This record gives sequence, structure tokens and C-alpha cells, in this order.
Amino acid sequence: MKVRMSKRLIGLLTPIIAVLLGIIVGTIIMLASGYDPVAAYSALWNGAFGEIYYTGEVIRQVTPYILAGLAVAFAFRVGLFNIGVEGQFLVGWLAAVWVGISFDLPKIIHLPLAIIAAAVAGALWAFIPGLLKARLRVHEVIVTIMLNYTALHVSNYIIKNVLTDHKDKTGLVKDSATLRSEWLQGITDYSRLHWGIIVAIICCFIMWFLLERTTRGFELRAVGFNQHAAQYAGMNVNRNIILSMVISGAFAGLAGAMEGLGTFGYVTVKGGFTGVGFDGIAIALLGGNSALGVFFSAILFGALKVGALNMPLEAGVPNELVDIIIALIVFFVASSYIIRKLLDRFGKKEVK
Amino acid sequence: MSLMDILTIVVPSTLLWAAPLIFTALGGIFSERSGVVNIGLEGLMVVGAFTSIVFNLTFVDTFGNATPWIALVVAMVVAALFSILHAVAAITFRADHTVSGVAINLLATGTTLFLVKQIYGKGETGIISKGFSKIDIPVLKDIPFLGKIFFQNTYWTSFLAIVVAFIAWYIVFKTPFGLRLRSVGEHPMAADTMGINVTKMRYLGVIISGALGGLGGAVYAQSITSNFSHATISGQGFMAMAAMIFGKWHPLGALGAGIFFGFAQSISIIGSSLPFLKEIPNVYLLIAPYILTILALTGFIGRADAPKASGTHYIKGSR
Repeated sequence: MKVRMSKRLIGLLTPIIAVLLGIIVGTIIMLASGYDPVAAYSALWNGAFGEIYYTGEVIRQVTPYILAGLAVAFAFRVGLFNIGVEGQFLVGWLAAVWVGISFDLPKIIHLPLAIIAAAVAGALWAFIPGLLKARLRVHEVIVTIMLNYTALHVSNYIIKNVLTDHKDKTGLVKDSATLRSEWLQGITDYSRLHWGIIVAIICCFIMWFLLERTTRGFELRAVGFNQHAAQYAGMNVNRNIILSMVISGAFAGLAGAMEGLGTFGYVTVKGGFTGVGFDGIAIALLGGNSALGVFFSAILFGALKVGALNMPLEAGVPNELVDIIIALIVFFVASSYIIRKLLDRFGKKEVK
Repeated sequence: MSLMDILTIVVPSTLLWAAPLIFTALGGIFSERSGVVNIGLEGLMVVGAFTSIVFNLTFVDTFGNATPWIALVVAMVVAALFSILHAVAAITFRADHTVSGVAINLLATGTTLFLVKQIYGKGETGIISKGFSKIDIPVLKDIPFLGKIFFQNTYWTSFLAIVVAFIAWYIVFKTPFGLRLRSVGEHPMAADTMGINVTKMRYLGVIISGALGGLGGAVYAQSITSNFSHATISGQGFMAMAAMIFGKWHPLGALGAGIFFGFAQSISIIGSSLPFLKEIPNVYLLIAPYILTILALTGFIGRADAPKASGTHYIKGSR
């Protein structure tokens, strides 16, 4: 018999328990407010995987979620909390569309250029909090929150006054810069599925390789574990802090490119946030900040978000229920100390 | 348009927009001074706004003109209860304060919109019939010059916010309770050694912040938007947090910052009808509060430092 559950097992169990707890509380809420949970959850399932169209939409939603999750996770691994993914996502979206509508180039140059522009825009936007943190020890959480709103208002201003003549929406990006594919849309019953998922998967691999298989990644993780030890070992902590924010911002900018070049093909003036950046926090946390974990939790959250839209139609349950469940999952993952403690006690009892 | 005319438009509008920010920023101070980072202010405002509007719509026939005031109290209580979730997660369950705050924000928007759809069958509530309306303050309105600018066409809630800011200053800096609250946020171990119950003080800090955040949301909803939908509170809570930081975690600083940010917000809305100001593109006014906050943090406008132990957990016996 096992004396204590291994750390690895507990690490795997915690997110699963958090998800289960979220679903259980969601069920209780539905029962308390007079809805049928079975109908609601089957509507959720059908809305995500019931038809090939919905599955296409799920993959479409998963694409920016993976990248936003990677952005948050990457910064977390270096001990930074990038709550500004939303803002970096918005500037990335804007930059991708800007490049997408302003140039006439062959696709082999135009599309990569638009994608890189988004990554660079996101990276630059994240460079500011990175620099302030490294040089002046200003807490990155506050700066990134403030930059979220700055990004929202500035990008709205640019869309209205620079990209268009006081309109709320830009034109479509040129065909040479689009990620959309008629073939992908065709096989998924005309969902908005696009090639971006390939970019997202490549980025998962990049994050894993960079952090786990390179010297630079080792340094970044070392800074995340213990800044002082890393400093003492001769690593340049400040440079690694800035680098991690820049890479994190680049992932977030790419997430914006997915929306700008794939899902929508344009950018609109927004009254508020899209929520992708904040969902990215949930995804990264649930995925344990690893590339593979982010991949799977992005699929879960993407399916929840897309499936939720079917709940009011099929079961008459407001789709906000899924937002509540997502919030609860974040809450329970954040409180994993108490889950681990309970698991520990449970594990010890087994011995007797 | 004379200067006088401009002032009589700008000052009441500034105070109108400043009141919710001041209340919520004061709430943030109580939480952060006790050592608990509260990113959930936005969510607490959402809960306050929702509660006040629903209460107002439901009980307006029973309470008549007193409805908005009673709604404020109810919103405070509900938001205070809601904030206990943050306290439990961040203090007892040792969750990362920022993550727990994010969860509070997500939970608040999800839950309130879920309830709105359940109660009203659509995405937004109706418009309240008895909100806070413009009044002239008796006696003071007759002061020559100043009376016309400050005390006519204004709102009671704006003055309540100013009064509450001074009360908060007194509580935080002049009472034993305030001293304990601050000591728990600066050096919890030292406070514990002196017999102060760190957990209790932190719970109180968070709950007070919940009540004040709810008050801010309720004032905003009942004086500015008059209904509740997904867009009612959009960033007000984060701007209040900015005001708290720009005011250097000091109640009177938050009062000043709240008024200043209220000015920026109201100008971005009414500025197009005023001379001089209509030349400035809106975007500068919209981003001013956030940029100024970043500058304040970097030390370009007097350095702002958070309470030392904010964001950390106090675990008895650990060094």
C-alpha cells in the first residue's frame, strides 16, 4: 500500500477535483434555481460535440485559448503574473489586421508578416511592465491591468481614426493574409475553423522546448523558483524577467492574430474586454502552467464556452451558468492548498 | 460660455462620477491595508450594482422615495457577504490573492447575469423609477458663487462619499482598530506577537472592502446607469483600484484621486460640449487615469508603495 500519494498524482488530481467541484456546485445552482441539470449538461455536450459544426467552433475557440493560456503560464513559470494578456491580445489583434489590410504581398510573406506583427505588438506591450518590474520593482499586476484599459481605449481610437474614417469596424484582411480556409470550413459544415490551431500547437511545442530543453529556459525557471538563488548563481535576473514578459506578450499577441486573421478577419471598436485574456488565467492555472496542461485545459474551456451557447436553446438555462462554473474552477484551483491538505489526510487514512 | 457656466457643468458632473470611485477605492484601502490584495473590487461593484437595482425595482412601491437609500444598505450587506468568498480563499485557503480576485470578478459577472436572466427573462433589467436625482443642498446653495458651483444640481451621494473618506481616514489612522489593521498588513508576525488576531483583522478588512465596493457599485448604478446589464460596471472597479494606488493607499489620497479620475471620466463624456476641451481627443482623457497610476507607481509622481505584507499569507510559526 502506498504510504502517501505521490506529488505527481496529487498534482494531477487537484485540477480534476477542482473541475468536478465546479460542476457539482454548478449543478446545485441549477437545482436551486429550478433548472434541469441533466438537460443542461447534455445540451452543453451537444453544443460542443453534437455536430461537426459545433466541433469546428470548439477548435476555433480553443485556438486563442491555447495561446492566451500559454502567455499566462509562461510568465507564471518565471514567477510573474501577467494579468495583461487581454491588453496584449487586443494590440496583437489590431496589429495583425493593420498589416493584413494595408499591404499587397504574396501570401508566403504577407501571412507570416501579419502574424509576426501581432507577436511583436503583444511583446512590446508586455515589455513595458517587464521593464518597470526589472528596473524599478513595480508590481507587474497593477501595471498590466492599467495597460489593459490603455490598450482598449488606444486601439479603439486607432480603429476609429486611423484605420477607418470614424467607423466601428475595419474592412476584411486581404486574402493573402488570412488564416481562413474554405476547405476547413467545408469539412466542418461552415464553422469559422481556420488554420490558426496549427500555430497554437506549434507554440505549445515552442514553450515546452524553450523551458525544458534550453539553457535559457533553465535560467527562466530558476528565476521563477528563487530569484535570489538565480542571482547568486550568476544569472541575470532582470534580463530574464523582461524576456519572460516579452515572450508571454508575444503569445498573447498571437492569440489576437488568431481572431484578427482567422475567426473574424477584421477588428471592431470594443465597449469592453473580450475576456480571452482572463480566461487565459483560468486555463493556465488549471493546466498547471505546463504546455501540455494548457493544451488540454484550453480544450475543456473552449468546449465549455462554445457548448454553453446551446444551453439556452436546448435546455432553457442561461449560458452564464458556464461562466459561473469557470469562475468556480478558478476559485477551487486557487484554493488547491485545502484540496491538497484533504487529499493528504485521505491518503494517510488509507494506510491504517 | 463663461468660466462660471463651465464650472457649474463640470463640478457636479465630476462629483457624480467620482462618488462610486471614492467609495470603492476606500474599500480597497481597508483590504490592502490589512494585507489582502483585492482585484475583486470590480466584481464587488457588480454585485452592489445588481443588488441595488433589483431591490429598487422590487420594493419601490413599498418604500417610495427612501428606496435608493435602503437599496444602498442592502447592496452593502450583499456585497460584504460576497466578499467573504475572497476572504476565505485568500486567507484561510491560502489562495493567491490575485487569482482569487480574478475568480471573484468572473463569479460576480456570471452570477448576476445568470440571475438577471432568471428573474427578468432577458439580459438586462428595467429602468428604475426612483434613482438618485439632482438636488440643491439646502442653505449651502445660497452661498454666493461657491453655492452655485458646488451645491446646486448636485447629488447627495457625492457628499456622502467625501464624508465617508474622512471617516475612513479617521478609522484607519486615529483608532486602535486602524492601527491593528495597518500592523497586520505591514508585519503580521509582529502583530500576532502583540496579541492581534491576524486572521480576524484580515477578514474584517476584506468584508469592509466588500461593503464599500458594493456601496460604490450601488451608487453608480442608481445615479448613472439606472439599470443593470453586462455593461453597467465596465472597469469602474479597476479604476477605483487605480485611484487607491494613485492616492498611495491613503483615504484622503484616494478621495483626491477619485475626484481627479471622476473629472477625467466626466470630461471624456461631456467634454464635447465645452469649449477648449472639445479639441482634445477623447482617448487622452480615457487613458489618463491608468497612465498616471503607472507613473505614480514608477515614482515619477512621488513613489507609491503598497503595504509591506500585502499579497502574502500569514502562516503561524513560519519565518
